[in-house]
Amino acid sequence: MSILLSSESRVVVQGITGRSGLFHTQQCRDYGTNIVAGVTPGKGGIHIEGIPVFNTVEEAVRYTKADVSMIFVPPPGAADAILEACDAGLELAVCITEGIPVRDMVLARQVQEKSKTLLVGPNCPGVITPGQCKVGIMPGYIHKPGRIGVVSRSGTLTYEAVKQLSDVGLGQSTCVGIGGDPIIGMNFIDVLKRFNEDPNTDGVFMIGEIGGGAEEEAAYWIKKHMKKPVAAFIAGVTAPPGKRMGHAGAIITGGKGKAEDKIRTLTECGVAVSPSPTKMGTTMQELLKGGAPA
Amino acid sequence: MNIHEYQAKEILQSYSIPVPRGRVALTSDQVERAAKELGGHCVVKAQIYAGGRGKAGGVKVVHHPEQAQELGKELFGKRLVTPQTGPEGLKVRRILVEEAVDIAREFYLSITLDRATSRYCLIASAEGGVEIEEVARRSPEKINMFNIDPATGLRPYQARKLALKLGLTGSICEDCVQLMLNLYRLCLEKDCFLVEINPLVVTRAGWLLAMDAKISFDDNAIFRHHEYPDMMDYSQLDTLEINAGKYDLSYIKLQGSIGCMVNGAGLAMATLDVLKEFGGEPANFLDVGGGATREKVAEAFKIILEDNDAKGVFVNIFGGIMRCDVIAQGIIEAAAEMNCTLPIVVRMDGSQVEEGKRLLAESGLNVQTADNLGDGASKIVAMLGS
Repeated sequence: MSILLSSESRVVVQGITGRSGLFHTQQCRDYGTNIVAGVTPGKGGIHIEGIPVFNTVEEAVRYTKADVSMIFVPPPGAADAILEACDAGLELAVCITEGIPVRDMVLARQVQEKSKTLLVGPNCPGVITPGQCKVGIMPGYIHKPGRIGVVSRSGTLTYEAVKQLSDVGLGQSTCVGIGGDPIIGMNFIDVLKRFNEDPNTDGVFMIGEIGGGAEEEAAYWIKKHMKKPVAAFIAGVTAPPGKRMGHAGAIITGGKGKAEDKIRTLTECGVAVSPSPTKMGTTMQELLKGGAPA
Repeated sequence: MNIHEYQAKEILQSYSIPVPRGRVALTSDQVERAAKELGGHCVVKAQIYAGGRGKAGGVKVVHHPEQAQELGKELFGKRLVTPQTGPEGLKVRRILVEEAVDIAREFYLSITLDRATSRYCLIASAEGGVEIEEVARRSPEKINMFNIDPATGLRPYQARKLALKLGLTGSICEDCVQLMLNLYRLCLEKDCFLVEINPLVVTRAGWLLAMDAKISFDDNAIFRHHEYPDMMDYSQLDTLEINAGKYDLSYIKLQGSIGCMVNGAGLAMATLDVLKEFGGEPANFLDVGGGATREKVAEAFKIILEDNDAKGVFVNIFGGIMRCDVIAQGIIEAAAEMNCTLPIVVRMDGSQVEEGKRLLAESGLNVQTADNLGDGASKIVAMLGS
């Protein structure tokens, strides 16, 4: 298997009876994901699309041996859903929900970090191991099974990158959308570590954007530990300076966050940075050939 | 969501954090009256959604009510440009008039989210004031940061350690401990992304006072604070940005001629990057986000068309959570309603893409479809260039 997901994964969908929850449950199942259960409080006992629905994640795990959760619960209840997934002892929770309040996530993250459950997201496209298992909202058909790991802070820009990789014949081992929220579960480094150890991954494509310092931290980690070639793209080179309030953000990040700073740091740390969003696939290809970065 | 200094100070006060006596004025006559009531010697502060006002002439000390009135006349309607506003600046519509205070010492104090640790972070420095970012860059050791454990919350002893590091002693130190605890309670209860007091001062009379304050609410938590939308000052936002906000779209006006509609912030930024690479200038940044309905897409398209600078539209949608047929229906609906004749290039990929392309092709609009990002960008640049 690759990282995080395989054809053995047994998936429970939290918020399965909602509109997008149900739509994407069907999409994932059509892709081949083994969806074993759904959870919607108050609707336990029914079947939806032939999938048994439970009131709690604990029940779903007891009856179906689910080990991965895909969360579509709306924002007011989403942090609670993450906590419930951790409490039920799942291996992985992938939270798609966008718009969870920061205060809720501070608490949920605190508990999740100390649990055995890994968290991807929230506000992310999910995780896919092409040809085996899709837990998320990405369009399955752009992916090809292969040996490139993809990790991204962005949603749809990841699809763009994946399509370009597939178009130049580079399939993917696993693609992880870590999400763009201020508080997320797995970060770039958590995912890079797993790709580094994964025998089915030969190289990694990383997608970042302006804001924060996560790309810089990943760059330093790559320089020190990464045994495999890494290419990257950073969105927002031409973004105008935004309006902002106060100084606290700048104090915490030490003034980091600009695209050119990220690109410079990544390049200095040996990462091949794609000069254009149209050249993500070819940059990876050149790097693997051992040529100079595009 | 940002609020003004005077609103932030009202909230601080409701959490027992002392602020100078002050009045909000909407006209220069009101500025004069407020100055009179406060004894003549006071501070006149332009209210905009950004910091750095002092250096831009937005904060001044006056000695007579007439002087305050003159300053009010000068400031109302003026666009203040500061390092935090962006180049176009922000218009002054409200002025806060406050009593002048004799300051003995100044500090910096704030609570915001630290992404790296996923915790709220209390930041305190004995070097408060306008140069705080410079202090943070040059001598980071002068900035004290403390990550708050969400399980225990901020404890008095932890706040005391920070207050002592600021050089406070005795009863003032204990006052500051209480103030920090109140600030943390405020931050949680009001769902703040940022609460910042800069400067927090000790007056010559020996009191703590929050001289300036900024509060930013967490947009995602507005569902549990129904009073927040009423606190917005819409004059601080671009009209099109306000319309976009109503439909939960993220829109930023730019200077070029190509209207852009993209799903996802990252792809939207990459789209601006690629347009520039092909020699085009984007008229806006617009992220329709995930889970958009047909109505939302239609509104997004209308907002783009309402901008007179837009001479063509580039739609770049990579489906996923969004379905391309829904996007196509939204575009067709809005274009029909607005009698749109502008050239449109649509690049769609993702779920239900063939259905989306078919709907567009049969719509009778001045539309071309593109197969990939580079193809789309070069097509719209070419259509506008000719």
